[in-house]
Amino acid sequence: MAQKTIRQALHEALAQEMRRDPRVVVIGEDVAGGAGTGGGRDAAGGVLGVTKGLITEFGEDRVIDTPITESAIMGMAAGSAVSGLRPVAELMFSDFLGVCFDQIYNQAAKFRYMFGGKARTPLVIRTMIGAGRSAAAQHSQSPYGIFTSVPGLKVVIPSNAYDAKGLLIQAIRDDDPVIFCEHKLMYDLKTEVPDEAYTVPFGEANIVRDGDDVTIVAFARMVHYAAAAAETLAREGIDCELIDPRTTSPLDADTILDSVARTGRLVVVDEATPRCSMAADIAALVAEHAFGVLKAPIRRVTAPHTPVPFAPGLEKLYIPDSDRIAAVVREAQGYAR
Amino acid sequence: MQLNREALLKAYRDMVTIRRFEERVQDEFSKGNIPGFVHLYAGQEASAVGVCSHLGPDDHIASTHRGHGHSIAKGCDVVGMMLELFGRKGGLCGGKGGSMHIADLDHGMLGANGIVGGGPPLVIGAALTAKTLRNSNVAVSFTGDGGSNQGTTFEAMNMAVVLKLPAIFVFENNGYGEYTGAEYAVGSRDIAGRAAGFGMPAVRVDGDDFFAVHDAMREATERARAGGGPSAIEVSTCRFYGHHSGDAQLYRVKDEVRKLREEHDCLKNFRRRVTDARLLEAGDLDAVDAEVAALIDQAVAAALAAPPPEPETLMTDVYVSY
Repeated sequence: MAQKTIRQALHEALAQEMRRDPRVVVIGEDVAGGAGTGGGRDAAGGVLGVTKGLITEFGEDRVIDTPITESAIMGMAAGSAVSGLRPVAELMFSDFLGVCFDQIYNQAAKFRYMFGGKARTPLVIRTMIGAGRSAAAQHSQSPYGIFTSVPGLKVVIPSNAYDAKGLLIQAIRDDDPVIFCEHKLMYDLKTEVPDEAYTVPFGEANIVRDGDDVTIVAFARMVHYAAAAAETLAREGIDCELIDPRTTSPLDADTILDSVARTGRLVVVDEATPRCSMAADIAALVAEHAFGVLKAPIRRVTAPHTPVPFAPGLEKLYIPDSDRIAAVVREAQGYAR
Repeated sequence: MQLNREALLKAYRDMVTIRRFEERVQDEFSKGNIPGFVHLYAGQEASAVGVCSHLGPDDHIASTHRGHGHSIAKGCDVVGMMLELFGRKGGLCGGKGGSMHIADLDHGMLGANGIVGGGPPLVIGAALTAKTLRNSNVAVSFTGDGGSNQGTTFEAMNMAVVLKLPAIFVFENNGYGEYTGAEYAVGSRDIAGRAAGFGMPAVRVDGDDFFAVHDAMREATERARAGGGPSAIEVSTCRFYGHHSGDAQLYRVKDEVRKLREEHDCLKNFRRRVTDARLLEAGDLDAVDAEVAALIDQAVAAALAAPPPEPETLMTDVYVSY
């Protein structure tokens, strides 16, 4: 099987689904690029190249470059979804939810329930998350917790190329609004990815590593940092079970609770800020349903409750890393009542 | 006028249905039979009906807070609507939407909207569907003078021009956004002019005159269906009630509403126009009045008799369980 990057996996998923279903369209800023310029079309193909070349195969009626007006993009995607298309809209940086959240939060997410079950809104919003490129406070956040808190949105956070392709195909075939989060530092990460189309179901966590001492739940880039920490800890005799939920909405609570039932210890690793977050959400889930088996307090390793700083040194301090994760796991393992 | 007898009777029936529906909703709301908030459309009927008489079930509209009139004009079931407003089982949205979210996808009605300016971005989406599937459908955004100030509306108009979408932006300028005058809040006082500034044909028409709205919409719809892109229509109109039922309307001058009802009633205008021109007889219109009165009585009786939604519907139409 061929090794492919997350970028290639996402591109392949889009192209295969667009070939399969003429109702699938791609909408966003510079998804092709070059419109209205002397340089010609496909000058960008998405700011990080995921949609490069799609316009050549599918034309400008299905690869739709828009002005930089996110409310109109998200609303157009929602309105086209509810009237017969299956749009994949790009919210270039997830931080830009601030200028278009109404169309996601008050409109698309609520249609089916609010309209008494008649509406289907097969909408995918691809969006970049994550710090680590000194992109500063308005281009570096990981607001999947905000999306997850909204009833009516599905939220996907792949951590590798195999999952990225299968989850994106699942998202496109899904009849409901899906927020698809892509970490901006992970596009070049390679794994084996089948050439054919396949799906990865929502609400099924991936157990990245088995272990009996401490359960670690991590998302996106933090899965890799947690895996590195788990390697180090294994050499010290601490066996971590590492769970990548892959989707936060729906959330595979059973896999997390089953794991904690065996380990009695939970560490949640989240690049997002700590308050009202996925880390808080999973901690509450385990506290509520597995209190009796806990051998140590639930611990969270997250970004601080601050905006993302610009300077590389400060940003490095902001993002959880393997050393911090390992230190917290050791504390959980060593905790004595 | 170019409308045959059948079309004229339908237009009159739709307008009277809206008027009687709203008058009755006001009564039932005052009696405490309707929970929440209702924003009544009475006075603006010529706009909804003049526009929607050019639309089929596969064309889409999106509406405002003041959405009952657009729903009726687009063909939504009046009994189902009344049940919905009462919050009863069998309502158009199962009692989960209410007045501010009344919708019926089966009739291309994308919903009233609790968010001012929420509709125009959705409408360009429905227009994109029509353009992509090449089915010559159109999509119409109803927005008030209040919604005309929202950035979402500006973005949607620009996008519609850029992508040459079959979208029509109807701005119902009733002079008030909530309790503040459009004279104050619409900076240029020229909503059609703003739309023209985005690069689309835009006209202002008299909302007292069904035929003026109808003519403007014919042109806009023909242009959109032929691939000529978006248009805008500013309808100068008036509301006979407050922003919502129960609004004390302290912002209005004495006798303003009485004068509007005397001098700017689109229903009276319609009746006079068609009877003067001998297109319809007064008896024809009286018969419609009686039919509509019976329909509204039936709708209210059904709503009063209907049970509340089953408790288990709290958790239906949900696709992410937690």
